[in-house]
Amino acid sequence: MAAPADSVGPDWDQVRLHVVTGKGGTGKTTMAAALALALAREGRKVLVVEVEGRQGLAQVFDVPPLPYADRRVAVAPGGGEVFALAIDPEEALVEYLEMFYNLRAAGTALRKMGAIDFATTIAPGVRDVLLTGKAKEAVRRKVNGRNAYDAVVMDAPPTGRIARFLNVNAEIAGLARTGPIRSQADAVMEVIGSPLTAVHLVTLLEEMPVQETADGVAELAAAGLPVGGIIVNQMRHPRLPASAQAKARRGKLDRDQVVHDLTAAGIITPNGTLAGSHGSVTADELVDALMAEAADHASRVALEQRERDNLESLERPTYEVPFLPDGVDVGALYEIAETLRSQGMA
Amino acid sequence: MSTHARDVVPRSRPLDVDALLDDRGIRVIVCCGSGGVGKTTTAAALALRAAERGRRVVVLTIDPARRLAQSLGLTELDNDPRPVVGVEGSGSLDAMMLDMKRTFDEFVESNADATRAATILANPFYQSLSSSFAGTQEYMAMEKLGQLRQRSDAEGLWDLVVVDTPPSRSALDFLDAPRRLGSFLDGRFIRILAAPAKAGGRAYMRVLSAGFGMFTTVLSRVIGGQVLTDIQTFVGSVDTLFGGFRERADTTFTMLKARDTAFVVVAAPERDALREAAYFVERLEKDDMPLAGMVLNRVHTSQVPDLDAGTAAAAAARLGSAKSTAVTSALLSIHADRVAALDRQRRLTERFTSVHRSIPIATVPTMPADIVDLAGLRAVGDALADHMA
Repeated sequence: MAAPADSVGPDWDQVRLHVVTGKGGTGKTTMAAALALALAREGRKVLVVEVEGRQGLAQVFDVPPLPYADRRVAVAPGGGEVFALAIDPEEALVEYLEMFYNLRAAGTALRKMGAIDFATTIAPGVRDVLLTGKAKEAVRRKVNGRNAYDAVVMDAPPTGRIARFLNVNAEIAGLARTGPIRSQADAVMEVIGSPLTAVHLVTLLEEMPVQETADGVAELAAAGLPVGGIIVNQMRHPRLPASAQAKARRGKLDRDQVVHDLTAAGIITPNGTLAGSHGSVTADELVDALMAEAADHASRVALEQRERDNLESLERPTYEVPFLPDGVDVGALYEIAETLRSQGMA
Repeated sequence: MSTHARDVVPRSRPLDVDALLDDRGIRVIVCCGSGGVGKTTTAAALALRAAERGRRVVVLTIDPARRLAQSLGLTELDNDPRPVVGVEGSGSLDAMMLDMKRTFDEFVESNADATRAATILANPFYQSLSSSFAGTQEYMAMEKLGQLRQRSDAEGLWDLVVVDTPPSRSALDFLDAPRRLGSFLDGRFIRILAAPAKAGGRAYMRVLSAGFGMFTTVLSRVIGGQVLTDIQTFVGSVDTLFGGFRERADTTFTMLKARDTAFVVVAAPERDALREAAYFVERLEKDDMPLAGMVLNRVHTSQVPDLDAGTAAAAAARLGSAKSTAVTSALLSIHADRVAALDRQRRLTERFTSVHRSIPIATVPTMPADIVDLAGLRAVGDALADHMA
């Protein structure tokens, strides 16, 4: 349902910086990693960065903790490459001082005094400018006149903080009205506030994540930040035929038919018990249990439908990633990447 | 024959939730864990159950879902507990939602004269710190917990404070952030900054004058002289007021170690949540914090585990999706999904319990709908206590 029918090529072809946010527990880091893999199609080079210092990307790609340097973490089908970087605000500040002021020695001295820690923790605006500034630098970086990376993906802070995190201009406004940090914030906004960037939101079909997604979309829009797509993670497909949904919820499914079918399938023995249970589970108990489980399922589906309607009212391109019962390992990342690509996200 | 949520932790000790809630010696229950595992709901369910078992409870929530907040009467953000309507029995339940900035503002207002408080509140540096410093929410949650605990002693309104913790990126932030903010604001560097405003700072100045000169130069160049002035004004004005943030943070830390506090680690049987829970359990043990046990939410159950996932899925495939058999086929698929998920949760959880054998655990099955009212919280409470019956 993602791409409009007449679209040619991926939905975000003009975008160079993909910011991925989502409520905690929705699979934000996994989706950022999978999107990076998806974007690394046809031999492209993609960088995925994390900014919260928790080494989530290393876990998802199953590699040792990432240093403050681009590391290749995966190869995409077709020869594309995914690099990863854990952006550390202190390192970024020292690098920044060196790049713009040739102050590497000063950086080291300041760090000893606790000044770097001070600058990066006490003024959150400064920290965010450093983090987003590093991502912006990767987007702009050139090698032999060509872009070093075809795309940069950011595993960003959660939905509740995303607008404030990205809107560094406003954050800095109260702290630094002029000066170099201010100029750096302006340069960051030139990328983040432009069509070069898209902020994607990851959600589950549950009340709180959907509510936060709606709030996040509104906040981003209000701040003039480019809202991207919505990734619905852990989609469960309704198992019951639509006509049986309501009956299942009320426990009104045709019991005789179910018993008949289960007998035909060999699940219920001719003695009227569950096959393999040595007679300990009667057909009635079995059918009661299956009906109860179906009622739970149907209630969950109805709830998900309600949340899906809420998401649709946001009118954003939506991508669906199925629930993976065995959890997410590196192999599953490739599967998710393919799912996102097939829906036109990359 | 049916599996109980308990079956996901076959070899662990059960957490006796009712004994914990009935223990009058316990005055504070802290629910902690990583984001998205149902911490807030667990805190609210424990608080309601304690109240309905006769205790006078106040629950501090951080970020409840909108409809749950409404059902607790948390529609007005006045940063003060309000009685929850509809609680049964002889106890009582008050609830409040933390307003981080307001707690900080109130703290300033109640500790400084009006003029001084106004100066601090208007300082852009203070505004940045009070609304977005990484540890402020944790610190203010602790501050509020301390206040509630004090009030419950002084006014006798409550005999149990249940607290939800902020949705930190890692469960450990909750323990570390208050100290970090405390030591930070009380640190050497801040004192150097405040030096021009303080005679005591001169000693530092002499020792570090070379470094300090370079520092001010660099800082003015990088973030501008105005910022420096704002910070110096702020630090100068709060210095006497706070009487040492670190000291305050240490007091809070000590309170959490007291035997009338009980920590409950909340988790879900998923890889990441269990890893965070393991870190937290290890940390609590290392710091000698009173860990009561773990609550495991969203546990899958089945009423017919004897029908395994593979058999059910194969039978569903045999029946196929023809109109006449579609419903039965779907029933079998639903069951197969459920048992497969249950098996996976059991494997993940066994890894945790094999390392942390002594931790008492209470389980809550996956609920078919969101918990949005007192009836839902009561059902969670029943499930929490159920396995002791």
